Amino acid sequence: MVELRLPRNSTVGKGKTFPAPAGAKNVKTFQVYRWSPDDGKNPVIDSYVLDLDAIGPMVLDAIIHIKNDVDPTLTFRRSCREGICGSCAMNIDGENTLACLKPIKSIQGDVKIYPLPHMPIVKDLVSNLDGAYAQLRSIQPWMQSDSAPPPDGERRQSVEERAKLDGMWECILCFCCTTSCPSYWWNGDKYLGPAVLLAAYRWIADSRDEHTGERLDTLEDTFKLYACRTIMNCTQTCPKGLNPAKAIGRIKELQIERKI
Amino acid sequence: MNASVPHIEVMRSQLGRARGLGAGHSGVGHWWAERVSAASLLPLSTWFVVQMFRLGGADHAEVVKWGGKPVNATMLAALIITTFYHAQVGLQVIVDDYVHGKAHLPTRLLIKIGTSLMGLLGVFAVIKLVARSSTGK
Repeated sequence: MVELRLPRNSTVGKGKTFPAPAGAKNVKTFQVYRWSPDDGKNPVIDSYVLDLDAIGPMVLDAIIHIKNDVDPTLTFRRSCREGICGSCAMNIDGENTLACLKPIKSIQGDVKIYPLPHMPIVKDLVSNLDGAYAQLRSIQPWMQSDSAPPPDGERRQSVEERAKLDGMWECILCFCCTTSCPSYWWNGDKYLGPAVLLAAYRWIADSRDEHTGERLDTLEDTFKLYACRTIMNCTQTCPKGLNPAKAIGRIKELQIERKI
Repeated sequence: MNASVPHIEVMRSQLGRARGLGAGHSGVGHWWAERVSAASLLPLSTWFVVQMFRLGGADHAEVVKWGGKPVNATMLAALIITTFYHAQVGLQVIVDDYVHGKAHLPTRLLIKIGTSLMGLLGVFAVIKLVARSSTGK
């Protein structure tokens, strides 16, 4: 049945507080979720009081500052620091987003930082996305065509055909949308989730792909596709401003078109 | 191995888990039925509410006479069938979301049987209304 409370070993306690450096004038508190698989303890929230004048403008700058100068045990993923790799996806101020694209100034009060919701935790802010990556693989996100490409060049697309991929190719697979979806929290083992369905529609909409029917076949399922309840958290939270809910809607339209 | 010792129970590959039992090739009809029944309930419910206002203050005999008319009986039966059908497909969604494991299948069956019986009861009530008004009792 539905779980209304966290399991006992997941309830979050209070952790350590790291005070602001002496002489800091422009301070802000960062409350960060901490959990380690090695010590057998419950997760805690550590508080870091930082001097905003000493760090860059984004939440990622603050987290990197914590790791470099305050507490080297803090674990998180990051790479490009400009919103193109999707590594630093986490829950900041109650919303899934990329730490590198989230200005500290946009947050009122303390900055609360948690890992992406409802996924297994590897450590601290690193959630385990293996299941979501496997779901992506299961929809075969690559071009499948039986016609051979022209011997002297690439497969061609009209300007109109190419335009259909806009709003989809930009997805960086940070899984902010998937982990914000209540339906994915409830049935994440069976429901594919918005990020994977957006990727599926990206290939359905591609004029060079010839396996549209097979792709619709593998999605035609009470859970894989139809567990979407049009809650639209996905579209609201996407840090790249994409619209996975619309892509899911288009897949449903195509399922109707070929069946009813 | 002793099953009571904590150990990893599922070592199946992530891709194997993600593919699971494969697509059930159903869901389109259910999704469509939800929408069509919802859209049909809009005019049917409006008709029902209007009729109830028009019957305000009527006595039993008048209501029986009203319900015995072919158009009214047809609309009533359509409203009842659509309502309970919509309840059935809608409740199924809630069960799919919140009821997991062994309880899932029995709960689904319970909803199917329960809503079907309630719908049938309503339809037979309409038939009784028609029968009564035709015999004039």
